[in-house]
Amino acid sequence: MSHLTDAPIDTASLIGSVMRPSDGAYVLFEGVVRNHHDGRAVESIFYDAYRPMAEKEIERITSKVRNEWPEVAVAIVHRLGLLRVGDSSIAIVCSSPHRGESFAACRAMIDRIKTTVPIWKKERGPSGEEWVGWQK
Amino acid sequence: MRVRLLFFAVLRDIAGRGDAELELPEGTRPREVWQQLRAQHHELAAYEQPPLTAINESYASPDDVLREGDELAFIPPVAGG
Repeated sequence: MSHLTDAPIDTASLIGSVMRPSDGAYVLFEGVVRNHHDGRAVESIFYDAYRPMAEKEIERITSKVRNEWPEVAVAIVHRLGLLRVGDSSIAIVCSSPHRGESFAACRAMIDRIKTTVPIWKKERGPSGEEWVGWQK
Repeated sequence: MRVRLLFFAVLRDIAGRGDAELELPEGTRPREVWQQLRAQHHELAAYEQPPLTAINESYASPDDVLREGDELAFIPPVAGG
């Protein structure tokens, strides 16, 4: 299954894809485009990716999380392209019989994805545009 | 040997294209390709060290030896999520 999409994220179907009758909880994390960064106004963000490598890297992280929390089911999708303030850029769902494992697994997922997955964002606002993380 | 170089994000903007076919001597390493890019693009002059490097869709060392047909990409600081 692809972890990347160019369309708005359907969180309901993402939740439906992980929930099992034995699950008593799910944790949904959504990352959302906000209207500011480092004191500058942000109007939109363009997300770029090295798609095949990003898919592999997300799958590698997901497999590792599943191994660390074997009772947790995980689903994740990252949106690419032009997003506006309020749009969700990423959604992660973790479900488990009890809530603790899902909170921990979901936190680990987003923290690791931000570290190694080859996805980039260019923020656009009234003062221009800039690739986040690149020091000019 | 031929190596395909991919550009993403800020590097695509700087290079003005998404990829390039390179003809390189046997034994070339990504670090040397990066130095070629720095020589071509003044925006990269300050970046003596290459960013993270990927060969064939996996992270690799900039000192690994490239092989015929490899797909090389430099990975600027990632910002997913």
